[in-house]
Amino acid sequence: MLLAAIPAQAAEEYALLQVADPFIELHTGPGVGYPVFHVVDRDDFIEVLKRKTDWFKVRTADGKRGWVARAQLEKTLTASGENTHLQEPALGDFSQRRWEFGLLGGVFNNAAEISLYGGYAFTANLSAELSGAQVLGDYSSSYLLNVNLLSQPFPRWRVSPFFSLGGGYLSTRPRTTLVPPKDSNDFTAHVGLGLRTWLSRRFILRAEFNRYITFSSDDNNEEFKEWKAGFAFFF
Amino acid sequence: MEGRLRILLLSALCMPCLWSATALAAEGGTDQAAAQQVIQPQIDRREVSIDEIDSEDFEISVFGGLLSTEDFGANAVIGARLAYHISEGVFFEATYGRSTTTESSVERVYGGLPALTDSGRILSYYNVSLGYNLLPGEAFVTRNWAFRTALYVIAGAGSTTFAGDDRFTINFGAGYRFLATDWLGLHIDVRDHVFDIDVLGYSKTLHNLETTAGLSIFF
Repeated sequence: MLLAAIPAQAAEEYALLQVADPFIELHTGPGVGYPVFHVVDRDDFIEVLKRKTDWFKVRTADGKRGWVARAQLEKTLTASGENTHLQEPALGDFSQRRWEFGLLGGVFNNAAEISLYGGYAFTANLSAELSGAQVLGDYSSSYLLNVNLLSQPFPRWRVSPFFSLGGGYLSTRPRTTLVPPKDSNDFTAHVGLGLRTWLSRRFILRAEFNRYITFSSDDNNEEFKEWKAGFAFFF
Repeated sequence: MEGRLRILLLSALCMPCLWSATALAAEGGTDQAAAQQVIQPQIDRREVSIDEIDSEDFEISVFGGLLSTEDFGANAVIGARLAYHISEGVFFEATYGRSTTTESSVERVYGGLPALTDSGRILSYYNVSLGYNLLPGEAFVTRNWAFRTALYVIAGAGSTTFAGDDRFTINFGAGYRFLATDWLGLHIDVRDHVFDIDVLGYSKTLHNLETTAGLSIFF
């Protein structure tokens, strides 16, 4: 109904593909389990309306709408007669990424930690990152804000190690049930090392270990260990 | 009308193929002139790359329901979620929720000073979870009318702010997604939020059950 309301000019904006395999299958939904209700024969045209994950909603010349798997969609020809090729991010793009965002979970000084970060790569080897974390312990909760400089000696490896160096700010608030509750706010410095692995498409798996030193206002510096791992995506 | 237009478009596109085939067959024959007369492409078709196709992998939703906070009553909860669908099975979800709790039985029965301040009574949480569409399927309303649905399981971790403190919280549960259209979804969710609390003088683990209904938009 919605599609019928779209003016004819808009309909022209969809990519038009010609089936090159003996046939391609149209599923009722974007998933392998949804039944095949129609097949489009070789040389017939389909219009690609939208995409959900690795499934494409297409419309046949006689108006049937269904979902085609990515692997089958690549067995078609474009309007100019070339093989349909989807530009999906690959390992090469991972090596040349500019922006990276991720979410890590782990342990900071024996307390649970949840951390969010964003980074920008100046060169394939050098990048800068900003991260914020919440540390939730039995006796206190803290916020940790960090600025990192990362060096990645082997950017072309699929499993690529990195070294980090940075500074930050740790704000700790003891539990209200503790007497006396006294907040502490300290600057920190840290060094660390870690690994990034390209998973697929835009996704990275990342794990790291950092060693922190806090510069306490009462001249009683403390050292902490941090382990964390999680997912990230890049573009 | 739309069908006719499509036929016109398709013919315009097919003609060059036909023409080259004819040209090959004729091998410099005399049909070319005649063929050229037939082919008069009237429409300049902009070629749309397959990589420009609109993808709908993000889902934003609002929800409301009941959150039972152990000792502090079952109260209304509202919140929002943002999900990213990685594949047809797996998705990430970030959630924020908020509820105002009521007096505990201890405070009511024994009177005296309230255990919590007004701001301490507000419970808010955030979490990040990984979900899996365990039972994707279709709901058949009539013979020719079906909706896509999925029963999913989900689990994750986050933080709950309650009684003046932030607490590490594990959540897990299941939900049912009903897609009214490709881009509009209805959700029913049941979650358990688990965290330790010591506000009543001793430490214990709370299981806060939450039942919500939500509306989501894919983009």
